[in-house]
Amino acid sequence: MAWVEVREVHKQYQREKQAITVLDGLSLQIEEGEFVALMGPSGSGKTTLLNLIGGIDSPTSGDISVAGTNIARLSGAELARWRSNTIGYIFQLYNLMPVLTALQNVELPLLLHKMNGAERRKRATFALELVGLGDRLGHYPRQLSGGQEQRVAIARALVSDPKVLLADEPTGDLDRKSGEEVLQLLERLNTEFKKTIVMVTHDPHAAERAHRLVHLDKGVLSA
Amino acid sequence: MLQLVLINLFRNPLRSALTLGSVLVALFLYSSLGAVLDSLQATADSGSRERLATRHAIALTNFLPYDYKDRILSIPGVKRVCTQVWFGGLIGGQRQRITQFAVDDDFWPMYTKDLQIVEWSEPQVAMSVPPDHDPHLAAYHAERTACIVGRGVMKKKGWKLGQTIHLQGTRYRGGWDMTIRGVYVKLPGGSWNEDLILFHNEYLVEKGMGGKPSTGVFKVELSDPSQSAAIATQIDAMFENSDNATKTESEQAFGAGFISMFGNVPFALRVIGLAVVFTILVISANTMVMAVRERTSEIAVLKTLGFTDGAVFGMVVAEAAILTTGGGIAGALLAKFGLQGKPLAFIPAMTITWATVLTAILIAIGLGMVSGFIPAWQASRLRIVDALRRVD
Ligand SMILES: Nc1ncnc2c1ncn2[C@@H]1O[C@H](COP(=O)(O)OP(=O)(O)O)[C@@H](O)[C@H]1O
Ligand SMILES: [Mg+2]
Repeated sequence: MAWVEVREVHKQYQREKQAITVLDGLSLQIEEGEFVALMGPSGSGKTTLLNLIGGIDSPTSGDISVAGTNIARLSGAELARWRSNTIGYIFQLYNLMPVLTALQNVELPLLLHKMNGAERRKRATFALELVGLGDRLGHYPRQLSGGQEQRVAIARALVSDPKVLLADEPTGDLDRKSGEEVLQLLERLNTEFKKTIVMVTHDPHAAERAHRLVHLDKGVLSA
Repeated sequence: MLQLVLINLFRNPLRSALTLGSVLVALFLYSSLGAVLDSLQATADSGSRERLATRHAIALTNFLPYDYKDRILSIPGVKRVCTQVWFGGLIGGQRQRITQFAVDDDFWPMYTKDLQIVEWSEPQVAMSVPPDHDPHLAAYHAERTACIVGRGVMKKKGWKLGQTIHLQGTRYRGGWDMTIRGVYVKLPGGSWNEDLILFHNEYLVEKGMGGKPSTGVFKVELSDPSQSAAIATQIDAMFENSDNATKTESEQAFGAGFISMFGNVPFALRVIGLAVVFTILVISANTMVMAVRERTSEIAVLKTLGFTDGAVFGMVVAEAAILTTGGGIAGALLAKFGLQGKPLAFIPAMTITWATVLTAILIAIGLGMVSGFIPAWQASRLRIVDALRRVD
């Protein structure tokens, strides 16, 4: 079985009594260590697919398994625990806690793991050094540039050593230079640390960095 | 995770401070109302369970003929009977927190365990004091217009032993001059406080009752306190068919009955207290709802990271509880240490029991739980995809 296995997945949303089908029997396999770019027009279901793989939404039908666990059948609390061990999520708008410092933001996921404060701090510091922000530990998000914020978010996503990194338009809100830095970082995480990465993007330039390109259109994959 | 809760509390310091402040004020008010009730209760409890109090069966304000005293005394097991009549005079033209009672001579031996004479005048004439009386009362007994004053009053008014004071009568008309012939202190555990002026019942009877003695209450001391119930029944039976039937109860119950003169005031105080608490509940719930609404996407991110619905619920409830508990503890302690011992209307020194303080704090914790519940529920039910969804 593939590292990420999406099988015959349907996803419908209810909107004012009418069901809209976003994903229509979609199947996809991603191998361990792959770097996949997911492209497609706005509204084609890219975020929806990413959310299903990340276990923050459930399919209407079909199966999804990640790193050997079928998550379509897990309860809410089980999914939450599974996410904290398996998934690192990177959002377009960084979504850092404004009241926490960079270090505290990166420590946040580690609160869910048995670990003392010193160990937490050590790991979070290491993750921030890895993304090149070892000198910004005490900075609050508002004191950082967009590119730096996104790198803190990447540090937060990888600090608990997840099995899959999911990034939803990680460069969508960044200027060219910052976007480039973020892409280089993702590339490095993939080659050096063997992270499996699924990245949604609009930007063909960003998509070039991936090993594989997947096009999504009207709920189905097109080659 | 507690740290996260605390950080969230400080993200809008003004709003948190306002909520904490309003909880503080509310619980201070609640504790103050409780203090009034506690003080009333303490007044009621100050009487002894071993002594009896006989009063008019119809109302406290109806008086009984003085000659009932000898008839009560004739009952076997009754050791001593005294009277005390509330005078209610004005001092310096003003109502004061100084209570005056006209007492007959049997008052003094009955309350030797409660009051002690610590300053006294020497008598002007040779005077034999009854054997069971404090010899220091000699000057008082020798002088019809003498009075004994509590040390608290002496201090408050700056009076000196031997000084003549002037009272303006209210129920008993005219001006009343009295000479201070002794000062008493309250003994530990004794009833009464140190804010009394005690003077001769004869003086009141001659000048104020036209020579016809009567009293609002007889205090009855028993040889064997365990007989109190039986003797109370006997006393009331004795006067059952007279014009002035009596009601006899323990001195303590009598005090409680005195409190019941305030009718529904205690009940009204409780209702007010609860209304205040309810208002604060609404305010702090509203604060928490706003706080959570502002943080919708942050909560969604926490959940994405793997925080469970239960953990999110707990964090919101904890935030509300810390806010209200802090305010509640501060308010209740402020009431305890700010009001304890302070005078209020006819209560010379307020009492706030720790039970009242503890109740207030528990209410505050409960407030936090309840006011945190709705927003916590909302936060825990929040679906990640809905909260993070952007229309792009
Ligand atoms: N929670 C939701 N409720 C209702 N409709 C939704 C929800 N999430 C997404 N949709 C709809 O599903 C379709 C796909 O959305 P999305 O996956 O966000 O697309 P993309 O990320 O490719 O732009 C859109 O039409 C969107 O309006
Ligand atoms: Mg999208």
